[in-house]
Amino acid sequence: MPDFSWMAWTWQTAAFFALLAATLAGMTALALLRPEAPRRGILRFPTTRGDRLFVSLLGAAVIHVLWIGLGGEGVWPALGASVLFGAAMFRYA
Amino acid sequence: MKPRDDRAWLLVLPVFAVVLFSAVLPLMTVVNYSVQDSFGNNQFFWNGMGWFRELLDPTSELGGRFLAALGRNLVFSAVILAIEVPLGILVALCMPRGGWQLAVTMVVMALPLLVPWNVVGTIWQVFARADIGLFGAAVNGLGIDYNYAGNATAAWFTVIVMDVWHWTSLVALLCYAGLRAIPDAYYQAARIDGAGRWAVFRNIELPKLKRVLVIGVLLRFIDSFMIYTEPFVVTGGGPGNSTTFLSIDLVKLALGQFDLGKAAAMSLVYNLMTLLVCWVFFTAMTQLDAAREPTP
Repeated sequence: MPDFSWMAWTWQTAAFFALLAATLAGMTALALLRPEAPRRGILRFPTTRGDRLFVSLLGAAVIHVLWIGLGGEGVWPALGASVLFGAAMFRYA
Repeated sequence: MKPRDDRAWLLVLPVFAVVLFSAVLPLMTVVNYSVQDSFGNNQFFWNGMGWFRELLDPTSELGGRFLAALGRNLVFSAVILAIEVPLGILVALCMPRGGWQLAVTMVVMALPLLVPWNVVGTIWQVFARADIGLFGAAVNGLGIDYNYAGNATAAWFTVIVMDVWHWTSLVALLCYAGLRAIPDAYYQAARIDGAGRWAVFRNIELPKLKRVLVIGVLLRFIDSFMIYTEPFVVTGGGPGNSTTFLSIDLVKLALGQFDLGKAAAMSLVYNLMTLLVCWVFFTAMTQLDAAREPTP
């Protein structure tokens, strides 16, 4: 087993990346098993599931930065808003 | 629309393995650093969102510094785009249509693009010097006080002229390719309608250049937003902090002060901005393509 201690892991960041990897793996499996057609929603251009995931993640990062920048306490409200945003993207984009 | 078969994407897995080592693992490390503090010796302490809070608070030392560098960088990008894009279009419109003149023009224009960044920096560092540089000495000879090492305006002027010298050719060559792709029929129709030069440019050439211009603006914006080597070699970010752009500040923070946590938080926010702009341009570009070739 190679030594990864130089990467300064914490369980929080490890959980974050594990979740991200699991999402990507899940989306890949879904794309293989259930090919889909791009559809046009509120973004007004055709999006696939992958596009919607990308927009959700990018939006989540922006929401967190804005929340912290505006002096919000804790990260849970930002996380909640990101989940809502992601759900809206998957439903309507 | 019919379902897409995305299975061919699995063929990029070998590339992903390479990128894993060159980008993904380093990026993960940066994320890990951004939530911790270190006093060296590979010992880290949990700091949560502390660095991000400090970075995004303009009243803190780190936040003020980040905001100032971001402001300078945005002004720099805006200025070079405002010069390079119109100038590039103008140069493309003036380029010969064929023959040996075209070959000579192409080679001369491609030259600055082939010079490595640090060499461009060195060329301009010497060229613009007030004492021995051809350009700097000539400007001073005209009676204008010009010294990029001591005067912020002169430093900005030098850095901008250098970027324009280095990259206008790219915009011009892109636009030239775009202009060549316009069928002659459009020009003939314009002649029949008695359109003037400006009307031809406004109604035919500019709309047809839209796509290459989006590519050109994207490339130049991202490149100038991440600029490091050229201003670093010429001004070192000075005088004072006047030409310290985001990358230069980031390197000072990470490798000069060895503040790994702060630098990691800064690079992640910086990266997010780049990613956002790239996504917007990429989407605009692919949508322009799709609008041009409607799929059944």
